[in-house]
Amino acid sequence: MSLLRFCQWLADTRGSVALRESLFMYPLVESVHVLALCLFVGMTIMLDLRLLSLALRRVKVSEVAGRLVPWMTAGFVVETITGVLLVYAIPVRSYQSLWFRGKCIMLILAGLNVWIFHSGIYTRVAEWDLAAIAPRAARRAGLVSLILWVGIVVFGRMIAYNWFDCDKPQSAVVMFLAGCTGHDSR
Amino acid sequence: MSSFPSWLPFFQWAEKSALGQAMQQSAWAFATIESVHLLAFAAIGGAVLIVDLRLLGFGLTRQPIREVAQDAQPWLIASLIVLLVTGLALFFSESIKCYYSTPFTVKMVSLALAMLFTFTVRQTVVRMDEARVRPLYLKLVALVSLALWFGVGAGGRWIGFSG
Repeated sequence: MSLLRFCQWLADTRGSVALRESLFMYPLVESVHVLALCLFVGMTIMLDLRLLSLALRRVKVSEVAGRLVPWMTAGFVVETITGVLLVYAIPVRSYQSLWFRGKCIMLILAGLNVWIFHSGIYTRVAEWDLAAIAPRAARRAGLVSLILWVGIVVFGRMIAYNWFDCDKPQSAVVMFLAGCTGHDSR
Repeated sequence: MSSFPSWLPFFQWAEKSALGQAMQQSAWAFATIESVHLLAFAAIGGAVLIVDLRLLGFGLTRQPIREVAQDAQPWLIASLIVLLVTGLALFFSESIKCYYSTPFTVKMVSLALAMLFTFTVRQTVVRMDEARVRPLYLKLVALVSLALWFGVGAGGRWIGFSG
């Protein structure tokens, strides 16, 4: 079964239809998804700024990370659950959304960035915990994270717009990137 | 109906102004400015939360409150300026809709109260000697701050769902 077929099947399930057509549930899930940005992305920004020595300079990097990570994790869990529900409610359009596809790619890159940071320069954090300027690899991780999260938030917001939807006439490039089949109707 | 009927001429002027017209005619302006508004919202969330969590006894508990607040302050102000500038542009693009929107009223009242509270009570409290302030009072300040900013965010999100 292709991913598109799977999304089409998902769209017809009872839960998906109920959430999509609900008067209050969908807007509520969507609002929680947006408001929890403060917790997750807000805290991520503070940690990134610390790595770039632009905020909390007097606090050890390991302490900022250690103390904020539980809150970031909580925010991430909320974002993931509500995000999955939003896709579950509107699977086909999400799957064929250029913005959603871009967002997914950037999410994977952001995850990779965290992994590289944690398995690399962060293992030696004791050596640079209070350094005036963090090592290049740490600064790079902070900057890459900031750029990716800006992109993820912007692309996430843009999913709401139908400029590149498959049910409208699109250029060949858009149709290819969005995976339009040529006879999409929604 | 609006809560402030006598302000209608101002809302009408905003809708017809050059900025309002330019925003309404552009396909990308609203979406782009709204995205920047959302980014600044996430940033101010971080700057507010880090201090309010500290007041509640969470997060950076090994640092003095004064120090955490001092470090967060420039980012709070910078994000607030971006929010106000982009928010004003968004408002001009659909001010008549805002005039009849209850969530908009909720947001504006919450915003006025949040800014007032942040730069008076909260600012004074975070600069005080921690040892001489009752912990309950610190927690109360954090909860009021969180509640007011939540009103701003939730009201803002709800403008998009109404009418």
